[in-house]
Parts: sequence; C-alpha cells; structure tokens
Amino acid sequence: MHPLRGHRSYLAFLGHRLSGLALAVFLPCHFLALGLALEGAEALDRFLIFAELPLVKAAEWGLVVLLALHLFFGLRVLALEFTPWPSRTDPRLAWIVPGGAAALVVGLVFLVQVV
Amino acid sequence: MNSDHVGLLTVRVWRGREEGRFETYRVPARANQTVLDVVTEVQRSQEPALAYRFACRVGVCGSCAMTVNDRPRWTCRTHVARVREEGILTIEPLRNMPRIKDLACDLTPFFEKWQKAGGRHVATASRRDPLQKIDPRSKPRLAASAAIECINCAVCYSACDVVSWNAGYLGPAALNRAWTLVNDARHGARHETLDRAFADGGCASCHSQGNCTRHCPVELSPSESIAGLKRSALFGAPKLREPA
Ligand code: SF4
Ligand code: SF4
Ligand code: FES
Repeated sequence: MHPLRGHRSYLAFLGHRLSGLALAVFLPCHFLALGLALEGAEALDRFLIFAELPLVKAAEWGLVVLLALHLFFGLRVLALEFTPWPSRTDPRLAWIVPGGAAALVVGLVFLVQVV
Repeated sequence: MNSDHVGLLTVRVWRGREEGRFETYRVPARANQTVLDVVTEVQRSQEPALAYRFACRVGVCGSCAMTVNDRPRWTCRTHVARVREEGILTIEPLRNMPRIKDLACDLTPFFEKWQKAGGRHVATASRRDPLQKIDPRSKPRLAASAAIECINCAVCYSACDVVSWNAGYLGPAALNRAWTLVNDARHGARHETLDRAFADGGCASCHSQGNCTRHCPVELSPSESIAGLKRSALFGAPKLREPA
C-alpha cells in the first residue's frame, strides 16, 4: 500500500466507504426480495430457494459483516465530527480496531445462528 | 562539506515538469544531513540547473516542502537518516499542484483556495482604537491558538487524497485557516468565513482520512479544525464572550 495510505484512519475511511458502496449495491436486491413477497408466494419461494445456495449464503454473511462495519465506523465518524477529540491529533483512533473486531463478532454470530 | 562523509547516498531526483524523469546522483552521506542539504549538494556539485525552493533552512518559512520517498515533508528539518530506504532517497515536487520545473511547483491554486475559504482577515478596529481585550483562556481563543502557527508549506495539501480526487476541494490548510478566523473575535467576517468554508468544495468534502494531521510538520491538526467547522456549520459559530 502507498505510504500515504497505510495508517488506521485511512483504513477506517476505506472500510466505511467501500462497505457503504457495497451496501448501496445490495440494498436494491434486498428490496427486490421484499417486493417479491408482495407479488405472491411462488415468486418469493423461488427467490428463497436461490437464497439457500451456498454461494449466496456466503455473500449474505459478507453483507452482514459489511453492514456491521459500516455501522461501527459510522459511529466513529459521528463521534469525531460531533464531539471533542481526546487530543488534537487523535480522531478517535482507539475506536477503529475494536470497531472492526465488533463487525467480525457480528459476522460470527450470524454464522452460528444461520448456517 | 569536505571529508566528514561516511559512504555514498543514492538520490533519485525528479527533473522536468509534468513530463520528466528521475535522474540518479550519488552524494556523500554525512552525519546530521537533511534532505535539503542533499538537494543543495546535488545542485552545487553536479547539477547547477536543478530548480528547487528554500529560504530559511530552519523550519519557519515553509518553502522547502517536497515529496521524499512518497511522502510530503519539510526538507530542511527532515534528516536523511530518518527517511532513506535502503540507502536511497527519491525526491519529487509536492503532489496536487502543477509542476513548474524539477522540484518546484506552482502554489497559486493552493493560495487561491485560502482566499476562497474566506481566509483574509477583516479588521474590526483601526490603530486609533483601544486594543481589543481577548481572554486567552476562552474556548474560541484556545481553538484559534491551537491552529494558528501554520507556515503555509502545503505539506497537508499535498498529502490529502481528497484534493487529488476533487480539484475544487479547498484542502486542509485553507480550512484550518478559516477555522482560526471563525474563532477570532477580531475578525469582522466570521459568519462569511464560515459560510465559505461550508460551501461546495469546503469542509463537508473532507473524509477525515487524517493524512493532513499525520504529515503537518508543525504538528497542527487541520483535520480537527475541519471537524470544528463542520460542527459550527450545523450548530452555529463558536460563541464569543467579551472578557469582564
Ligand atoms: S482529514 Fe480531510 S483534509 Fe485532512 S487529509 Fe483527510 S480528507 Fe484531507
Ligand atoms: S497546516 Fe501544517 S502542513 Fe498544512 S500548510 Fe500549515 S504548516 Fe503546512
Ligand atoms: S527552508 Fe524554510 S521551512 Fe524549510
């Protein structure tokens, strides 16, 4: 990685931005699935069978992790924009690694519950 | 500059403008040598036509900044020993500004953005008026003082990826300047400065990547100043209280 970019707050920016973009791509599919439920049981059933495929399950897991990551990194952004910083050069750096870890824990819970 | 050297240092220096190439030079490696010393030695002993800027050599004027091994730095206060990689130094002009010649770039866009961000002080009193009293411990004054010592070196501007993605972005230095004025009781256009700093291309474009704060050689935190501007744009400029 370029030496300008290999530090925590840059990586947090990347994580927040890329997970946000991925969610923007995913959400229309999610609403499509919900929309199918309105159209009748058959269409929804077909979609649900598709959603049981292992690859789709794996993608779902990824999306849950991304959603959690976006949430935790987003909370950090809110904190650093709305509350005073611990020190002038510390944009709540200490929240970044736990935020990423918490997203993985959420992913783990999803694995145990769903798969 | 005579016999005090210990081996040779390989230096790759950018020659040309936007189009150009790296030329490689070998200069004596010396104890306590700064990157600016190296550039000067190349210019004096091997490449008289090499263009670069400096003035004070002691970290005050802000004119000597260059990209050294991919990161922007003030070269007069950067020791070679701290930044060389496997004995090699790669020196280029700053990023995010047009290159004029060799290591010098055109800072016009950088300074134009200071104006655009409302960075010009507007006086509220003349020399005939009594001195305005400012409480040095008031919150706004502390915020302004924390951000005021900028040497206009453009290191933060060069480090910022948002500037390189969005040519209209005012950048960390101009916004840091705007923040000092928004907190300055003696500035006659605090609200106008805040409006300008929040306009298109202003503080809302910052993604809090923090490259500016990591690289500022005088340890300012433009990133924190920008967070202050964002807050003020939503909740109003900092309240100033006259000292009793
Ligand atoms: S914190 Fe904002 S201004 Fe500073 S480098 Fe990052 S994006 Fe640029
Ligand atoms: S804020 Fe720091 S890095 Fe940016 S121009 Fe001022 S002194 Fe240089
Ligand atoms: S030459 Fe003045 S700051 Fe480096």
